[in-house]
Amino acid sequence: MKKPVALKVLDIVTIIALLGATAMVFFYAPIERVMGAVQKVFYFHVAAGWVGMLSFLFAAVAGIIFLVKKKKIWDLVGVAAVEIGIIFIFINIVTGSIWARPIWNTWWTWDPRLTTATIMELVYIAYLMLRQGIDDPERRARFGAVYAIVGFLSVPLTFFSIRIFRTIHPVVIAGSDPTAVGTFDMTPAMFQTLMVGIVVFSILFVDLVWHRIRLGQLANQVEEMKFNLQD
Amino acid sequence: MQPGSIRLNTKTSFTKAMFAVVWKDLIAEVRGKELISAMLVFALLVIFIFNFALELDPKTRSALTAGILWVTITFAGTLGLNRSMAVEKDRGCLDGLLLAPVDRTAIYFGKSLANWIFMVIVALIVLPIYSILYNTNIISPALLLVIVLGSEGYVAIGTLLASMAVQARTRDILLPILLFPVILPVLIAAVKASAGILNGFPLEDLQTWFNLLIVYDIIFTSVAFMVFDSVVEE
Amino acid sequence: MTVIIEVKNLVKRFGHKQVLRKLNFSVQQGEFVALLGSNGAGKTTLLRILSSLSKPNYGEIRISGFFLPGQAAEVRKKLGVVSHLPLLYGDLSAEENLRFYSRLYGLSNFQSHIEEILSLVGLLKRKKDLVRTFSRGMQQRLAIGRAILHDPEVLLLDEPHTGLDQEAANMLDRLLQQIASKGRTVVMTSHDFPRVATLATRFDVLAKGMIQSSKLAKDLPQHGLLAYYQSIVDEIDATREHKIEH
Repeated sequence: MKKPVALKVLDIVTIIALLGATAMVFFYAPIERVMGAVQKVFYFHVAAGWVGMLSFLFAAVAGIIFLVKKKKIWDLVGVAAVEIGIIFIFINIVTGSIWARPIWNTWWTWDPRLTTATIMELVYIAYLMLRQGIDDPERRARFGAVYAIVGFLSVPLTFFSIRIFRTIHPVVIAGSDPTAVGTFDMTPAMFQTLMVGIVVFSILFVDLVWHRIRLGQLANQVEEMKFNLQD
Repeated sequence: MQPGSIRLNTKTSFTKAMFAVVWKDLIAEVRGKELISAMLVFALLVIFIFNFALELDPKTRSALTAGILWVTITFAGTLGLNRSMAVEKDRGCLDGLLLAPVDRTAIYFGKSLANWIFMVIVALIVLPIYSILYNTNIISPALLLVIVLGSEGYVAIGTLLASMAVQARTRDILLPILLFPVILPVLIAAVKASAGILNGFPLEDLQTWFNLLIVYDIIFTSVAFMVFDSVVEE
Repeated sequence: MTVIIEVKNLVKRFGHKQVLRKLNFSVQQGEFVALLGSNGAGKTTLLRILSSLSKPNYGEIRISGFFLPGQAAEVRKKLGVVSHLPLLYGDLSAEENLRFYSRLYGLSNFQSHIEEILSLVGLLKRKKDLVRTFSRGMQQRLAIGRAILHDPEVLLLDEPHTGLDQEAANMLDRLLQQIASKGRTVVMTSHDFPRVATLATRFDVLAKGMIQSSKLAKDLPQHGLLAYYQSIVDEIDATREHKIEH
């Protein structure tokens, strides 16, 4: 199963885009007045968080389509989205922690966004553990789809519940509560860098998911060949 | 054997099937006494552990009671859910249910309703015991309402997830891992509402939490109802 | 004679393993078909698909004029299923179990009917006893009672003699003969050749995902079942070896 040309092109585009975005973060975006260089983590943090949520949506939608159409490819899409999503959310949590340390002098804050991100991570991991415990591939796919849907619906509800508490998470977009510690106003250059970062991470996400799906398909082919040999 | 007095409808009525399942679970529990006693003993043990793990002098205790109660309910609940579905799986009874000409969702609602009743019964026993142990009356209609609403959401998703977990190899540890992260919205609302009630806040202030509980219950129950088929059918 | 069960080109896969390959199977009303085959041949799979518990990947199935899986609800009313698991609730009495299933099947005024069935399976005196106190033989008899509660046209039995001692198995056979004689159609899988030889009117051999051979009881010599089965199996093994050599 040769790598399709589109994927090869995407790989190159992704690498270039990543280099470009990183360059933007370090050379184009200005250094923030109050927080200093550590604020640059913000670009990766938000982009990773955004993509993490996107992959959650991917997995839930793939789950719904699988339950309706019963085509195996959608199960593979769901698994790929979850596995890659785990990585992005992890980056989101860790960069969030790195950012929090110098600003609030703590490695962890129980504010809504960080907490919800961690819960999302736990749901992802539970998803993988569920699949691991089931031997029948058809059942594994069905259950995965169901849990992806359930998880996707519950996480925003969780966020909403926690939100009703006071938050110390920086409210970044200008115009909101100015007393929240850690706020900063974004210059146009910062805004552009952020948007580019989000787009680039999304491209990276698609690239990785595509690779993961191919990996799954190749694995399936191997399994099938093994069975045919046995006969 | 001419069954002259027997009438077969096209599909057995939804409510009849559902209540047949509920009744069956209730009778089985009255006989076996496994579910409620296990949940109860576990709940009491958790309360005792909390007593030693946390410094519960009267001042801090009132702040913590809501939390302790709901942690207890959450953990004991998984025992009940696991057991309830395991009974069906182990003796092949789930097949028996699936062979009947009934809507699968009738089975789901029957099991959930039974599980809900068990959880509320356990809570009804735990509340007075807690009151006695700590010489403080925590029983009130408002708190009972919170428990009823909170358990509903818990059981709605819990029954669905337990049906999946029971079919996996890692059955026993899997249910809590699957359930706890997604049940957090219900838990948060229930704890905040309970804490408010126990601290004597006026009910109008807690309106938000009650509304949230109801919204969650509706959402979780609808979702579970829609996907249950996929979980039991092959 | 009407065809009650009709299966065409049935395919069932588990992951990559193809268990049933374009299987064709047809049963006429009143027949008692014994499904023979080695472990893992797919007998249980076939029965599960016929009982609507499992869905095929491909193929056409009609039972009593209704299609599976599309009209599963209608089919379920016509089926009675006995598997090697009892499908009974241990904490309920025999009577309560039957009451529960009567409700599930939408029956009404069922009390006297339940007592009739309990009497038929020889458990009327134990009706108030909890099923977990029953021996395996008694549980199987009650399971059969449960299966015929709604007077189904078709009975599917998956190795019902498993775990029974001689006496219990004999009682079960007498019961089966009685039930089958009322014009019901029966499909039963079994490893127990002597028993099956006395019960069935037809013997089908399931191997390599298909029905390899079908023989009516009256066309077999007495005590000839084992020899017949062995010959089919040997034939299949021979063709496989032939294939491997080439």
